[in-house]
This record gives sequence, C-alpha cells and structure tokens, in this order.
Amino acid sequence: MDKKPIRLKVNGVERVVPLFPNVTLLSALRDLGYTDIKSGCEKGDCGACAVLLDGKLVNSCLVLAWQADGREILTASGLGTLERPHPIQEAFADTGAVQCGYCTPGMIMATKALLDVNPDPDEDEIREAISGNLCRCTGYAQIVEAVEEAARRIARRGEDDR
Amino acid sequence: MTLPEFELYRPEKIDEALEILAGSPGAVPIAGGTALIVDMRARRVSPPVLVDIGLIDELDGIEVDGDEVVIGAATTIAEIKKSEIIAEHAPILREATEVFASPAVRNRATIGGNLSYGSPAADTAPPLLALDASVELESAKGRRVVPIDRFFLGVRKTEKKEDELLTAIRFPIPPSGTVGGFRKLGLRRADAISVVSVAVSIGPPADGKRMVRIALGAVAPRPIRARKAEEALTTARIDEGSIAAAAATAASEASPVTDLRASAWYRKEAVEALVKRLVLRAVEGGSDG
Repeated sequence: MDKKPIRLKVNGVERVVPLFPNVTLLSALRDLGYTDIKSGCEKGDCGACAVLLDGKLVNSCLVLAWQADGREILTASGLGTLERPHPIQEAFADTGAVQCGYCTPGMIMATKALLDVNPDPDEDEIREAISGNLCRCTGYAQIVEAVEEAARRIARRGEDDR
Repeated sequence: MTLPEFELYRPEKIDEALEILAGSPGAVPIAGGTALIVDMRARRVSPPVLVDIGLIDELDGIEVDGDEVVIGAATTIAEIKKSEIIAEHAPILREATEVFASPAVRNRATIGGNLSYGSPAADTAPPLLALDASVELESAKGRRVVPIDRFFLGVRKTEKKEDELLTAIRFPIPPSGTVGGFRKLGLRRADAISVVSVAVSIGPPADGKRMVRIALGAVAPRPIRARKAEEALTTARIDEGSIAAAAATAASEASPVTDLRASAWYRKEAVEALVKRLVLRAVEGGSDG
C-alpha cells in the first residue's frame, strides 16, 4: 500500500495531498482542516459528513479519497463564513434549527443540494431531501422551517448569491 | 475507524478491470462503496485488492437495445430514479429507487453493487425478478448471461465468481397494459433495510391467461419469486377471493427468519397483506401500485 498524490478542489481551492488508498474523503478533508465536516456514524446512516462532490450530495465517510481525485468538493464552510453567511446558513441560525449543531453542516449541504435543483420545495420534498440526515435535538420541525426560509431568502436575493 | 489496508486500482476500461480481477486473488470490485466500505470498516471483510470501476464509462448508463432495456452495472440508483426510460418501461423499478436508502446514498450506490452484494433485502432485486431481468457477468475468459432468478444463491452468495464483474442488467420491455407495484416495509422511511419488500407485475390478458410475477425480498435467504401464487393468478379470474388466496399462498412460500428488525410471523403476515394490496391496486388503478 503506497501513498499517491491526490488532487482535491475543496471550496474552490486546489489541494494536493499524498494519501494512502484506505483514507476516506472524510478523513482527508478533516486532516486538511475542514473540520466543519463532522464524523458521525461512519456507515452512511447519519449524514453528518455530507458534502457536495461535483455538485452531488454524498456521505464523505463512504467515499475513498482516491475516488475524489481531480473532483470538486463543497463543504458548509465553503458556502459562507461568519462574516458573509450564505442564506441557507442565515436561515438555519434565524429559525432555531441549530441546537447542538453536530448535524448542521450536513443538513446545510443536503439543503443546498435540494435547492440547487428545486428552488421552491414543499414540505414532503424537504423531508425527503434531509431524510439521510439525523438530528437528535430539534425534532426536525425547525429544520424544515429553515429550509423553507432559505428558499424564500434565495428567491429574494435572486441570481447573485451562490 | 480506519479502513483495513488494501491496494486500489482504478481502471478506465472493462478489459483492464477483468485482468486485475483475474490476476489478483481476493480482489473485489468497488463502485459506490455504500455497502462495502461499511463492511470493511467493521472488519467483516478485508479484501487485499479493490478494483474501483467508477471510471469505466462503458458501465454507466441506461439505454433501450431492441426490445430490451439495458442498465450499466455502475449506474447509480439516483440516475435510475430520474431516468425517463425506466419511468416509461419499468415503473416498479423506479418505485424501488424512490425508497432506496437516502439521497446521499442513492448518489453513490449502484445497481450492480446492490445485486452483487447478495443481500436478501436488496431493494432493486424484487422489481428485477418481476421484470424477468438477466445479469451479464464478464471475466477475462468470457461473458455469460444469467437470469436474475438464478443469480442469487443465498445470503451474500451469488452466481458471480471472484474473477467476474457484473457489467450490465437487462430486461425485456414489458408489453403495454402491464400493471404492477412495489412496496417496502422498513423500520423508518429513509435509510432502512427492508423488513419485507414485494414487487408485483401483471401482464395484459391474452388467450384467457396473463403473465403474473410476484417477487419477495427479505423473507428468504435470497430474493425469491412466489411461483405458486403467480401460477394461481395466471389463469384464475382476478377477484377478491382469488387475490386473497394467492396472497396467502405467497406468504406460505416465504421462509423468513426472526431478527432484530421483525419476527418471522410478522414477515409472513406482511407478505400476505402487501401482495393482496399490490395486486388489488394494480388491477384496479393502473401501474401506480
């Protein structure tokens, strides 16, 4: 088993890291400092480690880093910052959808994946979109509300926000 | 938890993948990894060599080939879910993809992986049994086509040999007027392993007969067809009485186990109820199931 240089474009920044084949995308990203990605069940059940890989929602615990070689990764910290939050992040904060916060980055990426293809989802579509993300605090009501609010805010801000 | 050590190959052609499989004892193909990586992390398996088939374009995609639909083995569940070809010709398969795990898993999991894993609860198995599908198995020595009913041998056991790669799934386009449905019972709506799954397909009547397929998941060591129940409905007048009798027959053909998800008794009851409901709804209300 040997290391190979793996090229990951994370939140718009190109990173090249030598990695063993048995390193998951989750471990690789956290080791690079992207600790907004959480490690939860490591079985694909909880969605805490969800990121967008070439625009598609995936559980990074189930992707080998080598499989992400040369591809684009978006994490919650790439969406916005404390100073310039993304409307999805603002909506989660403003609706009380964040309690312990552990599921939040994954929830936010699941929301981003939904709103990218369906800017005006109904409640069933929202619950379906976050069905692979577990939250043990909120009971989901505020999270659903946050996604609805995020959709409204993005619609108001129009094209200039991505 | 870290994964065990392995060598990882990422071929771009089927032939290259087959050569690696032929030359590396214990080598296992990996695509989405949504089942394999979980098992490796839990040390249930530790293959010395993984062959990532995700870069092989020939394995990806859905097309109509004459009177058949062909699905590349590395086609993701998400791609099948949104495919117009599948929506038109195989709505029961589409229904199975809608309740398959979760969006993030569907974006990675592949149909070939779902079948090769050999789980009796594989969500795509009952619809493919009901569609009379076959799988293509290729090795460096050649290619063979195996009817899906002969592909599953037991829990985590399939007809696929170690040096073979499942490359495609094909099924005949059902005649127009075919109705059916798929239902899965899980302990929760998303990310659940089936407690019971049932697929039903009923062809249009011809010469006083009709083609009936009733396939069951998670109620035997492998996904099965309830052949006696199928036969009972093939020539009978389809009414409440014959449907109830066929549903009871289907339950008797199941040989479920009691496990942490449900008891054997419950699974048999569920098979009977789901078969009854799916057949009734199919004959009354079209393909919505």
